[in-house]
Amino acid sequence: MSVNLCLVIVISASICYVLGMVNGDTGTSLLSMRGIVKGFSGVAALKGVDLDVRAGEVHCVLGQNGAGKSTLIKILSGAYQPDAGEILWNGEPVIISSPFAAIGLGIATMYQELDVVNGLTIAENIFLGHETATMGVLNRRRATRETRELLTRLGHGDLSPNREVGTLSAAGKQIVSMARALSHDTRLIVMDEPSAVLDAEEVRNLFRVVHELTAQGIAVIYISHRLEEIRQIGDRITVLKDGMSVASDLEVASTPTPELIHLMTGRTLEHAFPPRPGVAADAPVVLDVEGLSLRATFADVSFQVRAGEVVGLAGLVGSGRSEILEAIYGARKPTAGTVRLGDRLLKPGSVRDAVSAGIGLSPEERKSQGLLLEEPLYRNVTLSTIARFARLGVLDERRERRATAEQLDALEVRPSNPDRLAGTLSGGNQQKIMLARWLVHGTKVLLLDEPTRGVDVGARAEIYALIRRLAEAGTALVVVSSEIEEVLGLADRVLVISDGRVIETTDASAIDEHGVLDLVMKGTAA
Amino acid sequence: MSEPTPIPVAEVAVLGTPQLAGEAPPSALRRFLSGGTGRNLGLVIALAVIVGVGALTAGDRFLNFENFLTIVRAASIVGVITVGMTFVITSGGIDLSVGSVLGLSTVVASTAAVQAAAKETSWLLLVVVAIAVGAAAGFVNGIVIAYGRVVPFMATLAMLVAASGLAELISDRKTLIINNTDFLNFFRGGLLGVPALIWIFAIVAVAGWFLLGRTTFGRRTVALGGNYEAARLAGLKVKRHIVALYVLAGATAGIAGFMMMGRTSVGTSTHGGGYELDAIAAVVVGGTLLIGGRGTIVGTVFGVLIFQTLINIFTQNNLSTSVQAITKGVIIVVAVLLQQRFAARGSRST
Repeated sequence: MSVNLCLVIVISASICYVLGMVNGDTGTSLLSMRGIVKGFSGVAALKGVDLDVRAGEVHCVLGQNGAGKSTLIKILSGAYQPDAGEILWNGEPVIISSPFAAIGLGIATMYQELDVVNGLTIAENIFLGHETATMGVLNRRRATRETRELLTRLGHGDLSPNREVGTLSAAGKQIVSMARALSHDTRLIVMDEPSAVLDAEEVRNLFRVVHELTAQGIAVIYISHRLEEIRQIGDRITVLKDGMSVASDLEVASTPTPELIHLMTGRTLEHAFPPRPGVAADAPVVLDVEGLSLRATFADVSFQVRAGEVVGLAGLVGSGRSEILEAIYGARKPTAGTVRLGDRLLKPGSVRDAVSAGIGLSPEERKSQGLLLEEPLYRNVTLSTIARFARLGVLDERRERRATAEQLDALEVRPSNPDRLAGTLSGGNQQKIMLARWLVHGTKVLLLDEPTRGVDVGARAEIYALIRRLAEAGTALVVVSSEIEEVLGLADRVLVISDGRVIETTDASAIDEHGVLDLVMKGTAA
Repeated sequence: MSEPTPIPVAEVAVLGTPQLAGEAPPSALRRFLSGGTGRNLGLVIALAVIVGVGALTAGDRFLNFENFLTIVRAASIVGVITVGMTFVITSGGIDLSVGSVLGLSTVVASTAAVQAAAKETSWLLLVVVAIAVGAAAGFVNGIVIAYGRVVPFMATLAMLVAASGLAELISDRKTLIINNTDFLNFFRGGLLGVPALIWIFAIVAVAGWFLLGRTTFGRRTVALGGNYEAARLAGLKVKRHIVALYVLAGATAGIAGFMMMGRTSVGTSTHGGGYELDAIAAVVVGGTLLIGGRGTIVGTVFGVLIFQTLINIFTQNNLSTSVQAITKGVIIVVAVLLQQRFAARGSRST
């Protein structure tokens, strides 16, 4: 299978419940959902979903954003009640009336936003709500012992049960979340995009843990935006589209990827990445970063970006990629080094100065760092430029709406209604709103941190095309992504980052994913 | 917020109540609901119900124009503070110091030195001094919060304590009599039959409504409260804006301060005690989110009027202030519960 095609899949934002290896004895379903329907104030989120999970197996549910993934999870976890349809658990009809009831049945859910309490220790988190206590007096020693057993079972016996959870990485918190699931008598674990916050090594570890869980007879429902992960650990797949299950119980091994994409989107995607015409030799240098350093994070980062060029920063999570962007943008104050935009030397640590000079940032966490979710689109789009839409401080909202509508049309956000609330948009459209903000501003340099995180299959291709169009219009772009293939596919030039240092600068076409990983491994070892 | 109010003689029995009770022509009502103030439907109903209760229990003593003016006049001082408070809360902050800053502003503006200078120049000097004192206290709040990174609750709590201490020190714990007749006469008078206090409240409320809903300042305030990090990364001058917001809140406390001086003709450190809580209650009941990101001046004005109308009804029926306090507490909880219902219905996920 061609690398490109794989990429398409990887990129395809989708929903995937991976049901594990059949390890056993029985052919009856552990969980069986039949004709599940759920609507919200007249809008149907699920129109008829069937899902079949066997004990100890792994099964994928794929689907684009809005296909009904979150709703299905919330019904399973007891947060929502279906309007119609039935749920069989071990062949018995059940009603999952609350999250408490779900836990009682043996269904545990690991949400994307991990629900651990940072101020408590690992042991306290794991036994939160079902503390080991005698007559209300906590039995710490027993909790500590059982926590250690659970962590060992997950291959993390090295973690101290008394460590504060806030000091753990995302991967560590995930382990705690899983240990908590196991601390109940759990038969099924729903994992909502667990790999989103992990780097390659941590994902491998996660897979090992998933295998161990399924080997113990526990079913794992695994959701990922990365289709290649399904190839690695999934067995069967159910595809959701527009709130319905359009295909059920496909064998992972015998289902070709293009078919999956076709099922999810109703069309076949062939070229994910637009062609790169190359940067004109005489294109002026727009962004000049020299010797940029941030104590204990990255050091001596120097590079230039020319007008019309896309520079990618590739590296693992924690290599300092995002922090470099933030330091260029002034959101962090560098301890050394300079950033120039054309001839202008930017004031270190001043977002204000960077923005007025013409740098825009689309942050990694669009929802928490970029958008006003409760506000209409036009207010999000004009946030950095509101002074331009006002006379003596008095706003002209009609002009704001008009300018926003133009951008929405140009970026193909449908429907192009500037009064919609930002929170109601899909991930792809939210990303476009961030781009629109800077397009209205007229920035010369765009810094894109994880531009396709949470963006579904079809929209990803659109975002790629947009990035290329911006470059062709003369914008200088810097792109950071945890998906190395994405960086390589989008960028003209790639900087490989390891441990906060640029260890290689090369043409994107001159290196592949293995090459990057190779460099990263060596760089880390050195 | 309460004060003993003389019960006026029923004379002009026309009050805007039929409209409030929803008996207005449907077209006007519908226009009102579909407008930006549609969210305030619950408040309109609540106020209508309260007015109905007042009409039933106190009859003509309650339902007349004089009493209407009495209510609004009594609401005007705390009302001005709530306008500033609405901005601060919308931005995701809180200002606990407004009440004691009000007291401080009355004390400073009533000192012998300021009164002497006002006699030389103009009675407006008292007004200017009161506002300046309030703004200065707000400036200190803003600097401590924005640049010292102290949480607003603690920073303004400290100001609450310190400002009332300073007011006691300056006044030597005495009540300072204001003898500037021009100043006092201004507050005795009015325009078009409406007292000066109400005019000031109306002007501040309309200015606040315009500032919050129609200007870059207001937009930035909402953005700050809705998502501080997004506002910062969009390039807004977030720290300067925070300082400006607390200066605004302090200035409204100063305005309320000179209004209080005009009404009572004294300056004392005890003026404004507890007003911060009345203001916060009115703002939240009015529909502004305590966590920030959504604010409404129209709602705030309704909130103030709801509380003041209740107080008026209780007074007219000779019920104790203790019963008033209990009722206020119940209203606050019910209002917040209703807001949460609406918020839950509004959100959706797939």
